[in-house]
Amino acid sequence: MNNAVFRPKEATQVTETVIEAKGLDLTYQTNDGPVHALKGVDLTINKGDFVSFIGPSGCGKTTFLRTIADLEQPTGGKITVNGVSPEEARKARAYGYVFQAAGLFPWRTIGGNIRMPLEIMGYSRADQDERVKRVLELVHLDGFEKKFPWQLSGGMQQRASIARALSFDADILLMDEPFGALDEIVRDHLNEQLLELWARTNKTIGFVTHSIPEAVYLSTKIVVMSPRPGRITDVIDSPLPKERPLNIRDTPEFLEIAHRVREGLREGHAYDD
Amino acid sequence: MKTLFPVAVVVAAIFALWYVFAVVLNAPWAYSKADRAGVELSFSEMVSDTMAQEKPRLPAPHQVGAEIWKTTVEKKITSKRSLIYHGWITLRATLLGFAFGTGLGVLLAVSIVYFRVMDMSVMPWIIASQTVPILAIAPMIVVVLAALQVNDIVAKGVISMYLSFFPVVVGMVKGLRSPDRMLLDQMKTYSSSASQTFWKLRLPSSTPYLFASLKVGVAASLIGAVVAELSLSQNGGLGARLLAGSYYGQTIQIWSALLSAATLAALMVFTMGLLEKVTLKRMGMAQ
Repeated sequence: MNNAVFRPKEATQVTETVIEAKGLDLTYQTNDGPVHALKGVDLTINKGDFVSFIGPSGCGKTTFLRTIADLEQPTGGKITVNGVSPEEARKARAYGYVFQAAGLFPWRTIGGNIRMPLEIMGYSRADQDERVKRVLELVHLDGFEKKFPWQLSGGMQQRASIARALSFDADILLMDEPFGALDEIVRDHLNEQLLELWARTNKTIGFVTHSIPEAVYLSTKIVVMSPRPGRITDVIDSPLPKERPLNIRDTPEFLEIAHRVREGLREGHAYDD
Repeated sequence: MKTLFPVAVVVAAIFALWYVFAVVLNAPWAYSKADRAGVELSFSEMVSDTMAQEKPRLPAPHQVGAEIWKTTVEKKITSKRSLIYHGWITLRATLLGFAFGTGLGVLLAVSIVYFRVMDMSVMPWIIASQTVPILAIAPMIVVVLAALQVNDIVAKGVISMYLSFFPVVVGMVKGLRSPDRMLLDQMKTYSSSASQTFWKLRLPSSTPYLFASLKVGVAASLIGAVVAELSLSQNGGLGARLLAGSYYGQTIQIWSALLSAATLAALMVFTMGLLEKVTLKRMGMAQ
């Protein structure tokens, strides 16, 4: 089973490839010897996909997301984003990145925080105002523009952080366990909103998570990874419809996919022990 | 009110101790005077004598208070005997040195954070600079700057700067480095330029650190100015008053100048604290 990659059946309609990794390796040199964060990762992400990366700590899911974002440099293999290198894609502002923590600047209001990337990218003042208003509505935070981050709950802060990543209309949204620190109820709610947002904006989303239900509920494609070396053990194309009410999680289809993900995770571990 | 009480208790304790020491330290002189006059001194006579000597070893608090009152409220502020006149001279040099020091400190901190060469080469010298006794180096600076025809107040400012830039460098380096990796990565995802990252992330993050440093810096600056005035006493200032007092054994004058300097420092630190509060509140960082 090691290093085996399950490829989905060829899609019938013509799809546009957004992210493509081939034989991607990333090795850190540490004092205890090399650490293989990623080894031989092959993956294709198409436009409009919602791809979740799931796996135990150290499986390289965050590293892979960071490699897409040009925050880590691969040591082997090839990766393209929108057909160009991650660095070029980053400089072309091809993606918005949502980190594990909201990472809002405490000295800026919510509006000011969302304005930050817009200021850096040189949008006009009027354009900034219009965009701030629009993305705040998108994440249901209208009316909070003038509030400071500490005046908002954790879930609202994370939504503001998503709004910020959306503000400059990048087609790709990369999210690294954005709801990891939130409680179950808030998380469910945000998951629902995220799906709604994805449907409205038709973005390509890369989403790192620890949670099997979250991954199955959100994704069109679930990438199961396992550690030492970080690699992909299974890629599952979800048969679930695009329209997903929360109670879809009790259907047999849902449970079946969840089961397959769990099996995939277990295999990765069994190999390791 | 809650803070007032403990402060009052501490102040009262200090005054009580001060009086005790005044009696103990001034008693020998009281006895020796009585001895020469050939009179026997009772305890209460001795105590009242120690409270009212002209050149006591340790003047009693009320003597210092009376002297300060005489040299501030009762003297015209243009008089060379006015503490306000001298205080103002010291304050000017202090503020000038503080401005120099803050500017130099911020500049050094920025270059240390951005250039590894600076971090490796300059930082040890900055630390070494603070191990040189300022009292020893101040006269040299005065002489050198006088030879270069530099204005006296600037010379005082330079000595002040020598003390006040240090806390600013240390605090600002820490402050500019305070944004964590996530925030820096975030700026990178916006493909922000180095200068944008500086103005929009590093500088605002360093503000609380800067104010902490400024509070230390402004007090250090005053010490620098007073020390400088020991070498440039012809221009007056609290340092000059201290020097004159010690020449003529005017302990009351020395203590009143000392207390004035301490009050001035406290006021400046307090002002910095106020400025800090207002700034952080306006930035939204104080909750």
